Amino acid sequence: MSANEAALMPPAIAVEGLRKSYGDLKAVDGVNFEVIEGEFFGILGPNGAGKTTTMEMVEGLRKPDGGTIRIFGESPWPRNTSLLRRIGIQLQASAFFDKLTSIEQLRTFAALYGVGGDKAAEMLELVGLSEKADTREDKLSGGQKQRLSIACALVHDPDVVFLDEPTSGLDPQARRNLWDVLESIRERGKTIVYTTHYLEEAEELCDRVAIMESGKILALDTPASLVKGLEAPTRVLLKKGVISAELAREITGVESAGEEGDLLTITTRDPGPVLAHLAENVPLDTLQVRTTTLEDVFLNLTGRAYRE
Amino acid sequence: MSAFTSLSSAALKGFFRDKVALFFSFAFPLMFIVIFGLLFADQGAEQIEIGVTGDGPVIQALESTGAFDLTEFDTFQEGFAQVRDGELPAVVAVEGSTVTLRFAASDQTAAATVRGIVEGVVNDVNLRSAGVEPQFQVRAQQVEDSSLKPIQFIVPGMMSWGVALGAVFGSAFTLVSWRKKQVLRRIRSAPIGIFTVLGSRLVATMMIGIVQAIVFIGVGTLPLFGLQLAGRWWLAIPVLLLGIIAFFAVGLVIGAFCKTEEATSGVANAVIVPMAFLSGVFFPLDGAPGWMQTISDFMPLKHMNEGVSAFLVNNQGPEALVMPSVVLAGFTVLMLAIAAKVFNWESS
Repeated sequence: MSANEAALMPPAIAVEGLRKSYGDLKAVDGVNFEVIEGEFFGILGPNGAGKTTTMEMVEGLRKPDGGTIRIFGESPWPRNTSLLRRIGIQLQASAFFDKLTSIEQLRTFAALYGVGGDKAAEMLELVGLSEKADTREDKLSGGQKQRLSIACALVHDPDVVFLDEPTSGLDPQARRNLWDVLESIRERGKTIVYTTHYLEEAEELCDRVAIMESGKILALDTPASLVKGLEAPTRVLLKKGVISAELAREITGVESAGEEGDLLTITTRDPGPVLAHLAENVPLDTLQVRTTTLEDVFLNLTGRAYRE
Repeated sequence: MSAFTSLSSAALKGFFRDKVALFFSFAFPLMFIVIFGLLFADQGAEQIEIGVTGDGPVIQALESTGAFDLTEFDTFQEGFAQVRDGELPAVVAVEGSTVTLRFAASDQTAAATVRGIVEGVVNDVNLRSAGVEPQFQVRAQQVEDSSLKPIQFIVPGMMSWGVALGAVFGSAFTLVSWRKKQVLRRIRSAPIGIFTVLGSRLVATMMIGIVQAIVFIGVGTLPLFGLQLAGRWWLAIPVLLLGIIAFFAVGLVIGAFCKTEEATSGVANAVIVPMAFLSGVFFPLDGAPGWMQTISDFMPLKHMNEGVSAFLVNNQGPEALVMPSVVLAGFTVLMLAIAAKVFNWESS
């Protein structure tokens, strides 16, 4: 949908001035954000940033100290059962009933919402677990459990899905597989709110991201705008000796050039002509281009490097 | 399927796929039924072994009482020697019209029994030989269906204990593991009440308890053990179910307090094992000191066991339902109140 259309629709989720303290620790310290229907919204930040606490208050599992939360215009606290039907929550990947198979888990979770288990098989297929339908939960791998827990969050066909770190602890292959699952959930028109501490993943998946640190949202926008807003130069890396730093500085558009270790780093805000020039003069297999990422955004916002 | 039946069937499937739970619910109590059943197979119907010399109407009458296993000796001295050495509790010698009884005072109960029976028999023979019609007559009839053979209290005892054990562990472990694995939070994030969740688990526990009872009674009635059910055995069912509810509630309290499965197992055992001994499910407490019997009166397992035994083997009337029902229901209310106070959805 276009930005104009989105602005006209009431937000699916509206959070204002959200606050939660544990003793002296301000876990969530005045958080504001809105999530538009159908949006893939990411909350990212390092461990302990307040992502999960924020999420739990929005889900209605934790009482806020202050602020308001509205999901489809209703407050999730105190426990709001009509709202609970419209939201799906994925918790940690072990939240299963003992000794039941994948398909039985899905049917049982469906029963908690008073709906039949007819969507169970479809959900297993959605997360790519059809072959594991009759496998018990304790016999599934970590990635399979994650996918099953996501399927369990979807089995009652909710409008909003909350996923708390669905990809953490997975190997790269399993993470990639899960990205496909998340994409296909988005394609079904669900609003997705998810937390992650993988910045490049948020950049890849999310329509908009909120970057959190120490209980506050430092920035909130589309990944592209955040990166663009940084106005950081593109870096071109070359093997040292292919071209000297002095020569590199003379290329039109180059801002700076310097050697570090066995690499020559060229920075530019106009990468097109610079790359064209380099392509004519140096062997391309020695060349790497680094564009700005959310990691640079985080560094810029907090003044320190991002650690997952 | 409704949420309730769906959750009950999930709990039943989980239980019947859990080998450890199956062992402790079925094999473990069954093991005790078999061991005790075989160990005490002949007790209760046991005759007292005594020595006799001579013959005549007195010896015949002694034999027909069925109370004695008679060993005949040629001379009185031989029998007397056996009594002196502690091999026999007593010896009876009939010589003409003199009946001599020599008994060992070491076992006073046996001695009194032997004396009483021998004197009774001699009086009876005297009256008959004198041709006198007795003025008073005792009409004695036993109350129990088949005396108190040990299997008659072993099976109800082990059944009460095994079912209580299953109910306590079932609810305590479910609560702790669900809290630890965040299943409780997941349930809380669904539009379903905690009472539907607990109720469905209770129904599953009751079904398991009924299957346990059928298995234990079934094994008890095998000819090898010879359990005999009284006519109104079915009145034991409400007591059994009330017992399951009470111990399910005990499990909820334990599950509300404990954070880990290890702690749960320890606490549940610390509660149920002493209670089992104080409730007389392993052996009757008739001979126990008074203070112990007083403690025993506060044990729900004792009342469950008494209620179950009253109908299963003792053929008591429906009025025997009152005491166990009141105690078990009251205990359930108390436990639920404590559980509700301590219960926490989350471990933190």
